[in-house]
Amino acid sequence: MAQQDAGKAEVGFSISRGAQRGKKKGYWLLLLLRLVAFMATASATIVMALNKQTNTFVVATIGNTPLKATLTAKFQHTPAFVFFVVANGMASLHSLTMILVELFGHKIDYKGLRLAIIAILDMMTVVLASAGDGAATFMAEVGKNGNSHARWNKICDKFHTFCDHGTGALLASFIGLLFLLIINVISITKLHIPKSTNYVGVP
Amino acid sequence: MTKTRRIFSLLLRLLALGATLSATIVMVTSHDSAEVLNLTFKAKYSNESAFKYFVIAEAVASGYSVIALFVSSKTLLWRLLVILDAVITMLLTSSVSAALAVAHVGKKGNSHAGWLPICGQVPKFCNQVTGALIAGLIAAIIYFLLFIYSVHTVLTPLFTV
Repeated sequence: MAQQDAGKAEVGFSISRGAQRGKKKGYWLLLLLRLVAFMATASATIVMALNKQTNTFVVATIGNTPLKATLTAKFQHTPAFVFFVVANGMASLHSLTMILVELFGHKIDYKGLRLAIIAILDMMTVVLASAGDGAATFMAEVGKNGNSHARWNKICDKFHTFCDHGTGALLASFIGLLFLLIINVISITKLHIPKSTNYVGVP
Repeated sequence: MTKTRRIFSLLLRLLALGATLSATIVMVTSHDSAEVLNLTFKAKYSNESAFKYFVIAEAVASGYSVIALFVSSKTLLWRLLVILDAVITMLLTSSVSAALAVAHVGKKGNSHAGWLPICGQVPKFCNQVTGALIAGLIAAIIYFLLFIYSVHTVLTPLFTV
């Protein structure tokens, strides 16, 4: 592999030269970060996917009998939440795959492009997870505060548990997104981006 | 970096600058009003926090694009630039996604929550928001392409040795 010896550990992270099973400090740190990201995104997916609340309301009173209507709030009613579940599910799958590859797949390589593929995949996961988070956050904000200009009523005062669980899932996914971003930055620095990109004098 | 590489990445950054700037401007100038049953129904981007976030994120991204145009590839800052590109891409995609989610409710409504669509009453506002969203999506894609190109630029010399 033509990896240059300008590859000193740039930012103190381990240099994975293909088959080298270096268990340096950076190796365990990255593994721990990926594990936390996996747990955060997986819990966000599960909490939002199981988010459902049924409530009975009195809508009218005929004489002395109140008319009751049963309404259900499910996460499937909002496309943004569906996208949130899908995006976080894929992010957790990606984190799990990366953990397994780092633990058991040291020799897996494709024409020396292992680090590049990992960096690009990490970037794609960050993009997906951030899109899911953004959409769900602002839909939840509309659900919580309503929008008086568009005559959209808030729903959180009637469905407390639904909103609470949604908030919990959102918080977990924010933590997952933060860790995914840190992992992405680490993967980028591992690419041995040189101090200058003048490749004139390559030894 | 060879001349062609520098020119290509400069071109991508210029395109990204154009896309983010136009997204900001189109969203900020979007407003419409309608008269429904003697009530004036005004629609502006600032009525909705997702659109405000979109404007702020695109403005930050266009400011960053201007600064990034002037960073030479021969300095240490180039490595920082790739990392900042990743962060800005994340910001852009989350803002486009948030605005898209709210705009979808505005266009189709949400029958389960009792939210009626508003695009029928304020079509000019809806069209401008759609245009801004398209520009924002293009900007996000261009930033992602910039990232892939930077990775490619770093790697290719390794193959020519």
